[in-house]
Amino acid sequence: MGQTNDDPLTFYGERLDSRLLVGTSMYDSPAILADSVRASGAEVVTVSLRREAGGAQAGQSFWSLIKNLGVRVLPNTAGCRTVKEAVTTAEMAREVFETPWIKLEVIGEDDTLQPDVFGLVEAARILNREGFRVFPYTTEDLVVAEKLLGAGCEVLMPWGAPIGSGRGLNNPYGLRSLRAHFPGVPLVVDAGIGAPSHAAAAMEMGYDAILLNTAIAKAGDAVAMAHAFKLAVTAGREAFLAGPMEARDMASPSTPVFGRAFT
Amino acid sequence: MRVCVVGAGIVGLTAAFELARRGATVDLFERRAGPGEGCSFYAGGMIAPWCERESAEPIVTELGLEGLDFWTRTLPVAERHGSLVVAPPRDRPDVVRFSRRTSHFEECDQRRIGEIEPDLADRFPYGLFFAQEAHIEPRAAMAEIARALGSLPNATLHVSTEAPAADGYDWTLDCRGFSAREALPDLRGVKGEMLVLATDELKISRPVRMLHPRHPVYVVPRPDGSYMIGATMVENEEPGRVTARALMELTGAAYTLHPAFGEAEIVETGADVRPAFPDNLPRIRVRDRRIHINGLYRHGFLLSPALARRAADIVTKDARFPEFDR
Repeated sequence: MGQTNDDPLTFYGERLDSRLLVGTSMYDSPAILADSVRASGAEVVTVSLRREAGGAQAGQSFWSLIKNLGVRVLPNTAGCRTVKEAVTTAEMAREVFETPWIKLEVIGEDDTLQPDVFGLVEAARILNREGFRVFPYTTEDLVVAEKLLGAGCEVLMPWGAPIGSGRGLNNPYGLRSLRAHFPGVPLVVDAGIGAPSHAAAAMEMGYDAILLNTAIAKAGDAVAMAHAFKLAVTAGREAFLAGPMEARDMASPSTPVFGRAFT
Repeated sequence: MRVCVVGAGIVGLTAAFELARRGATVDLFERRAGPGEGCSFYAGGMIAPWCERESAEPIVTELGLEGLDFWTRTLPVAERHGSLVVAPPRDRPDVVRFSRRTSHFEECDQRRIGEIEPDLADRFPYGLFFAQEAHIEPRAAMAEIARALGSLPNATLHVSTEAPAADGYDWTLDCRGFSAREALPDLRGVKGEMLVLATDELKISRPVRMLHPRHPVYVVPRPDGSYMIGATMVENEEPGRVTARALMELTGAAYTLHPAFGEAEIVETGADVRPAFPDNLPRIRVRDRRIHINGLYRHGFLLSPALARRAADIVTKDARFPEFDR
């Protein structure tokens, strides 16, 4: 944090300095989670309502641990499979976490956890109408993106690869194309990131931020990996702003050959 | 030396046992109907110091080795056939990760898994075998400690809903688990749900952990031929309620481990709250003449013998363990 103050990120009018958002599940302990969030420099964490709050909202201890991190909470509708379920979960999340922000997930397929984009657009429309600030978890599909914007979303979160797979950017062409089509919309690569190089690659393409969970939580040393991702996201962003060189087919000597002594 | 131990779960039982063996006069108090009816009742009973390293700090393995020694030698109720870790082919990366974080295992191919557990032959292409690990039946183990305590003239178990009077004792050991929360504000509860399945179509002789990115489960054989399937981990402090989702996850995973579980009878479901501190590591907090032993999280049976020994060292030898008194 701090070093990119002149290059803030804006979600629904809210300014952020860090371009890395992290999830809060699957850590070995809440203490390791807290240390990892600090090491990542993230200012936003996602929290799953379904798992942690329970029917009786009995997850108070975990919630106060999250609150003590001093970061903004982006509740999610992880695991929801229908529009109705997602909308109800979002409404509960708004009450529990006292924020209109919602990361909207409507899962369409159990093996790949890929979004049901039809349900996603419908749920986004309902939630935007209800005053939510919706962060939809989507694919890189341009038409779906267009419809989500039409439904009132001002941020899009396309996947890099299936959730938890750690495969990186499965469709770089599609992601570049999405970036090119919506130059003014904050785009976050969410899911599938496995290594810091994947995050840097997305940032170099001009993505605005990265959201990930497993790659940090399940690393051998979660805290060290959180810091590695912080550096990678910063490096990728600075590289994008600096303008990476174009690749070429032939070697191009970086020192002049002309006039060199024959050896 | 007179010691009052509050709470006859696995922590209170092992602490009372250790102190009574060292000659202290011990009164063990339990407000439920009998010993071992709190969250210890729902434990898996895996004495797996090396496997647990997958998600726990090195200290858990270290203390767990004392636990393994306790359950196999001091109070030899454990079955020692090792434990097996398997994953479906597509979740092989989870086995690789598990092997990187743990030690003292043998890598197994499909054939070797079939040698170890014949009923799992041809079901899993890779696995890890932790030959030195053991498992116990938690309820029988707690009954055994209670029986051992009963045979000692200097130990008494009091089953009563009335709070024990703290006066007249040199020390009080508070072993109440999550019920001690008002005294331990940084203690939290982590809900766990389990079930017990009975089938005679299947014979598994040792705990089997099946890795899965979302729903890892373990299956622990019980002496009566049934199988304990556990356990969910939810950051939630609501005891008692078993959700349909949990049952679905646990039965689904058991079915993946072996289709015979699909025809098994559900003989029990249960849920309770594990006491845990933010780093999921246990504490022995000494406050005046009161010692809190708490936060054993998923490792009650594995860690309680080592913690009981340290608590007894505090009482009988005036020892101090600052690493656990945080």
